[in-house]
Amino acid sequence: MKATVKVTLKNGVLDPQGKAIEGALGSMGFDGVNSVRQGKYFEIELVETDHGKAEAQLMSMCEKLIANTVIENYTIEFA
Amino acid sequence: MKSAIIHFPGINREHDMFMALENITGFSPHLVWHTQTTLPDVDLVVVPGGFSYGDYLRCGAIAARSPIMSDIKTKTLKGLKVLGVCNGFQIITEAGLLPGALVRNAGLKFVCRNVDLVVENNTTWITSKMRKGDVIPCPVAHGEGNYICDAETLKRLEGEGRIVFRYAKGQNPNGAMNDIAGICNDAGNVIGMMPHPENMIEPLHGSTACRPLFESLLAA
Repeated sequence: MKATVKVTLKNGVLDPQGKAIEGALGSMGFDGVNSVRQGKYFEIELVETDHGKAEAQLMSMCEKLIANTVIENYTIEFA
Repeated sequence: MKSAIIHFPGINREHDMFMALENITGFSPHLVWHTQTTLPDVDLVVVPGGFSYGDYLRCGAIAARSPIMSDIKTKTLKGLKVLGVCNGFQIITEAGLLPGALVRNAGLKFVCRNVDLVVENNTTWITSKMRKGDVIPCPVAHGEGNYICDAETLKRLEGEGRIVFRYAKGQNPNGAMNDIAGICNDAGNVIGMMPHPENMIEPLHGSTACRPLFESLLAA
């Protein structure tokens, strides 16, 4: 079973990398960019075939390693 | 003062810390590889600086899940003293031994220079030989030292005297909240700091200003 996990910074957590990208887009002439926030994207292949069990496994992985829930949110999607 | 220094792949300040502990406390620390599951019998564990696992995923994230960390966590609950410096601070914070998180420097640049630290709490086991309000120069060398936590945690840290060191006014190198350079846990036995006191203890370092930190360990 294939899943994707997106990890994004929580609202209010400063994202200097996103700000730098936003600045670069502006200086390249891309007008109208209100803001850029950078995140992380993971493709994970699991042996598990049961959707519910796979989701539980992925949630545990996110809570314990893939995301730092002090500063980040995560979303799980199945391909 | 029996101590152990935890060695992770990518750590590079373990020998600086070894020399500092050995020279000032008179005891040679154990060097403990991260795959070990049990600590030797020690009073103090130091998690040194460097770039464990190349900062992959998040700084300190992978090292924080190493086998040796379980034993450190268990013994921390029984009063074991733990000091995390730089990447070590990031590692023990990722491991949940300290609240909050260390994120990318606000200015995006890796900062490597001396800054002045203000001793905010001189009742800890690394500051007992200092006075409250002392200003000591100390090197920093990090790209992700920007300490953040939620408003409630910050209020607790401030209210409970758990901010051990602050960057002197106007010298915050990374954008850390309230100029925080080092904090301790609620029991006081776990301390994390971004600056490198082990690199300011010999005349050749340019100053011996951070020796009192290691002398405090001896008195602890």
